[in-house]
Amino acid sequence: MPDRIILQVSRYRPERELEPTTQEYEIPLREEWAVLDGLNHVKDKLDGTLSYRWSCRMGICGSCGMTVNGEPRLTCATFLTDYSPGPIRIEPLQNFPVIRDLVVEIGDFMRKLPQVKPWLVRGEDAAAPQGELLQTPSELDDYKQYSMCINCMLCYSACPIVGLEEDFLGPAAIALAQRYNLDSRDEGAHERMNVLSTAAGVWGCTFVGECTEACPKGVDPAGAIQRYKLTAAAESLRSFLLPWRSA
Amino acid sequence: MSVRYTEFHPRWYRPPMSVFWWAHRRSYLIFVLRELSSIFTAWSVVFLLLLVHAVSQGGKQYRQFLDLSSNPWMLALNVITIAFLVFHAITWFNLAPQAMVVRLRGNRVPRSWVSYAHYAAWALLSALVAWLILR
Amino acid sequence: MAKRRAEPLVWLLFSSGGLVAALLLPVLMVLFGVVLPAGWVSAPTEAHLLSLARNPLTRIVLLGLCVLALFHWAHRFRYTLYDGLRLKHLSKLIIVGCYGGALVGSGLAVYLLLVAL
Repeated sequence: MPDRIILQVSRYRPERELEPTTQEYEIPLREEWAVLDGLNHVKDKLDGTLSYRWSCRMGICGSCGMTVNGEPRLTCATFLTDYSPGPIRIEPLQNFPVIRDLVVEIGDFMRKLPQVKPWLVRGEDAAAPQGELLQTPSELDDYKQYSMCINCMLCYSACPIVGLEEDFLGPAAIALAQRYNLDSRDEGAHERMNVLSTAAGVWGCTFVGECTEACPKGVDPAGAIQRYKLTAAAESLRSFLLPWRSA
Repeated sequence: MSVRYTEFHPRWYRPPMSVFWWAHRRSYLIFVLRELSSIFTAWSVVFLLLLVHAVSQGGKQYRQFLDLSSNPWMLALNVITIAFLVFHAITWFNLAPQAMVVRLRGNRVPRSWVSYAHYAAWALLSALVAWLILR
Repeated sequence: MAKRRAEPLVWLLFSSGGLVAALLLPVLMVLFGVVLPAGWVSAPTEAHLLSLARNPLTRIVLLGLCVLALFHWAHRFRYTLYDGLRLKHLSKLIIVGCYGGALVGSGLAVYLLLVAL
């Protein structure tokens, strides 16, 4: 195994260039190093001006998402040896504006997420609960998968509709809406439908499925979206055929 | 929405999305081919309606239709059509489990079973239709 | 409001159309598109096909297949044009062309299967 590898890193310094450029760094190729370790080596030893986000380095904070050799990956969960002998191309996450180097602007997602009310919604006239709201293990299983989302945005990077449609809510937001819709303690499914059953909601999705491929936590947002399409369509059909029956 | 770029809010770089975005990744290309299969679905409907019309018009029309269908260009088109129809069917049956959660006596039916059930239905219906037509 | 309610219902047509198209079109196209014209199997007599087609169950199944498969094409093609060729700005034209086309085809199917047969 060679002991060095080249990283081709996208640089963007708005104060002196209009478009990103590529800078090459040669780093040690250590068997146990993730791409993030490589970037940290660059910043510590080679070029302190390189800007990128990272935090937990163990796949739970969702900060270190970048495009590695064209694929959206968590750099803390992607190993240098997987790309040996290299070179490895590291670019910022696709479908987001680039602030600097590998740092992207995720304000769009931060504005879209609250629209789906990702919290437990209880009925207006429900009395304050006496003690905890109980839930069986099987009720937990109904939504647990969708609660694994770490908001890393890899799914947004993988989804072409996010790049094409500015208003599209996106995979993670819809999966998180489903996490609450399917939670037995939640009573807000009807409220969320106004946001989800729209062209900017689930109907913009054409089931490309790349979001599920990219997700590092096994959330399967594509499945969440298709399941919701069925739910919303059944509700539309019911209200069309039996308009007198309340939801 | 106009943004005033300042020293403390420098210009963001917004990469443009090419019209040919679907050609840049293999998974996107396969997706677009899957979507284009709908054109061959529509052609199949047209072809079958032409067949129904020919059959209803009498023996001469039916034989003319068979002759037209055996033209090499028509055969080639229909071979390609069948390839796309099969591609549509396979992708549809493989994706079905992701879209539907089936419960049997409270337990979730394994994903593979949902796919197998679709393939089984496909095989049975195809056999039935072939038998009805060829007997 | 009507536009909002239409999208889920039209998706249901697309979805059921995709299913029936996947289940029935391959065998029909293999037989009538390749096997019979190529003469690999002797073609059924015109009388047999006519009696088969005239059967009310066959008519209904074929009608359902044609209508649903056409609307499946309409919906899928509409989004292929929006996303694949970035023609969303022509959406009104595309909607009329796609669903209108499916309606015309459905009308033809009704005539050919229920009236002229």
